[in-house]
Amino acid sequence: MLTAPTAAGQDAADPRGGTGGTPPDRPQGRRIRRPPHRPRSGPRRVLAALWPYLLVSPTVVGAAFLLAYPVIRNTVMSFQHYGLAQLINGGATFAGVSHYREALTDPEFWTVVRRTVWWTALNVALIMLIGTLVALMLIRLGRRLRLAVMSALVLAWATPVIAATTIFQWLFQSRFGVVNWALVKLGFTSYRDYTWFAHGGATFAILVMLVVWQSVPFAALTLYGGLTTIPAELYESARIDGAGPWQSFRLVTFPMLRSLFALITSLEVIWCFKCFTQIWVIGEGGPDGATTTLPVYAFQIAQSFHKYDLGSAVSTLTVLILLVALVFNLRRMFRQEGKEGTA
Amino acid sequence: MTAATPLAAPGSGSGSGSGSARRRARGRTRRLRRLPLNAAALLVLALSAFPVYWMAVTAFEPTADIEGANPHFLPLHPTLAHFRTAVHADGFAGYWRNSLVVTLGAVLMSLVVALLAAFAVARMRWRGRRAFVLLVFTAQMAPWEALLIPMYVIARDTDMLDRLSMLTLIYFMMTLPFTIVTLRGFLAAIPVELEEAARVDGCTRPQAFRRVTFPLLAPGLLSTSLFGFITAWNEFAFANTLIIKNQSARTLPVWLSSFSNVFGTDWGATMAASCLFMLPVLAVFLLLQNRVTAGMTAGAVKG
Repeated sequence: MLTAPTAAGQDAADPRGGTGGTPPDRPQGRRIRRPPHRPRSGPRRVLAALWPYLLVSPTVVGAAFLLAYPVIRNTVMSFQHYGLAQLINGGATFAGVSHYREALTDPEFWTVVRRTVWWTALNVALIMLIGTLVALMLIRLGRRLRLAVMSALVLAWATPVIAATTIFQWLFQSRFGVVNWALVKLGFTSYRDYTWFAHGGATFAILVMLVVWQSVPFAALTLYGGLTTIPAELYESARIDGAGPWQSFRLVTFPMLRSLFALITSLEVIWCFKCFTQIWVIGEGGPDGATTTLPVYAFQIAQSFHKYDLGSAVSTLTVLILLVALVFNLRRMFRQEGKEGTA
Repeated sequence: MTAATPLAAPGSGSGSGSGSARRRARGRTRRLRRLPLNAAALLVLALSAFPVYWMAVTAFEPTADIEGANPHFLPLHPTLAHFRTAVHADGFAGYWRNSLVVTLGAVLMSLVVALLAAFAVARMRWRGRRAFVLLVFTAQMAPWEALLIPMYVIARDTDMLDRLSMLTLIYFMMTLPFTIVTLRGFLAAIPVELEEAARVDGCTRPQAFRRVTFPLLAPGLLSTSLFGFITAWNEFAFANTLIIKNQSARTLPVWLSSFSNVFGTDWGATMAASCLFMLPVLAVFLLLQNRVTAGMTAGAVKG
């Protein structure tokens, strides 16, 4: 009864208890001549244990200042009174949840949320549909034509967002734009000098076309890569069993590429939801707010009305809505990580 | 021609008479069946390439042709006038230099920092390693667009507004998580045994890394940095928000987005400027064509 605690106490007192065989009265200098396989002790050992932490410290410091701090600052600001005066003079005071209440009770906020969801759903649906069709087409093409189509897709993908946005503004320009010219030639004479960017619906449609045009290549090429890994025997046996093209897609292709479909869909949801640059460059969310999605809305509030507090609150809400997609993606990444760790 | 030839034809290859006719007929039906498929391929090709093609055509056409009654789908009178206008526009060289400095600075910083972290994750066992990987994954999905407002406020508080160094730091952080994840993948693919052999031969750990692993890692470093290059080169939102008063510190994307103030309605010059802006990105894409899809879904398809 009494011996157990003492034994434990002795073990704790001597940190090298387990390694054993070291008489405590031995002089320090002797230890150097130990066989090399014994664990090193003293400052060298501490240094060796510290190495990985030293190596990751720049990353941790960078993430702390450039990522964690802005996130915290954003959250704090959303609970403060933070306008132009506080930006210049400081001295922000606590405001509680008043900005969140203000945002959530504003009908305009909900209009923007609905528009953002519609924008994301429409874009992602079109990207996935067209991307899948293009991938299925690519795998059936001859080698030369496939290479040509893939090069064109890479070209669209490589176009920088700003360049693509500028090009689309030129394509849909009212007087000299090639789209209006083609529409008039095709008999739609009402499109003569039609100003696309003055109409909400038209601007929204152009933005969808722009985002879809730039995003389809990634989806199509990734899915094509996945399709090439499906063994042809599966399709053959499906055909022998009497499956048509739609059934063989539903019963062979889709199940085989389920995780790839999930990955691309979640990435596209995130990308479309956060889309800012194209919308801002084409009309800063206009005309008449017809293309204002949540990220644009938050930025407008802060930038145009100097309500940094309300803008931060809307930003935080945006991230919270997006969190569903983010967490899904994170879980997938981590499951993968676990699989690799055990393998 | 004769009854015997069809038997020999498959082997001999050179079809005669009825055999080749039949084959031609079969080829025709196959081509007919493939017609919708090939038509769809051409449509996709045209839709994908046309906007970029149209940019190039406009950039090389004289203004009279651009603003003519009917557009020309081939530049009939090619000219470099618009490129001259773009290059001689106010501050063009400066914006170009700013973009290069910010991009290269961010990419180099993130390469060095990521290499250290990737080494610790791929080659060492330590407490907190899993938590660190989780941190990197989370950082990789950071919704940067939602950080525009706090970044503006922080930059203002720390007197970093209108400074390229602030942009460099942000782009560094934007590209860092991705760089760590990919470099770690490349590192994991290089056998540790090589390094261990070098250490048996008397190298210290850093030496073994420098002389053995690093040369093998070089292609991975290159393709990873090219992705960072594209991200930083194209970034618009922060460059537009954080560079306000000091116009000479602007980067190319911001300058290009404000073309209507720069060139008025000179679409030829605007398209020429877009061409010039796109050129480095296109070069980078051509360099890493094959790694593009593999890199973006890293970890998704393997395993």
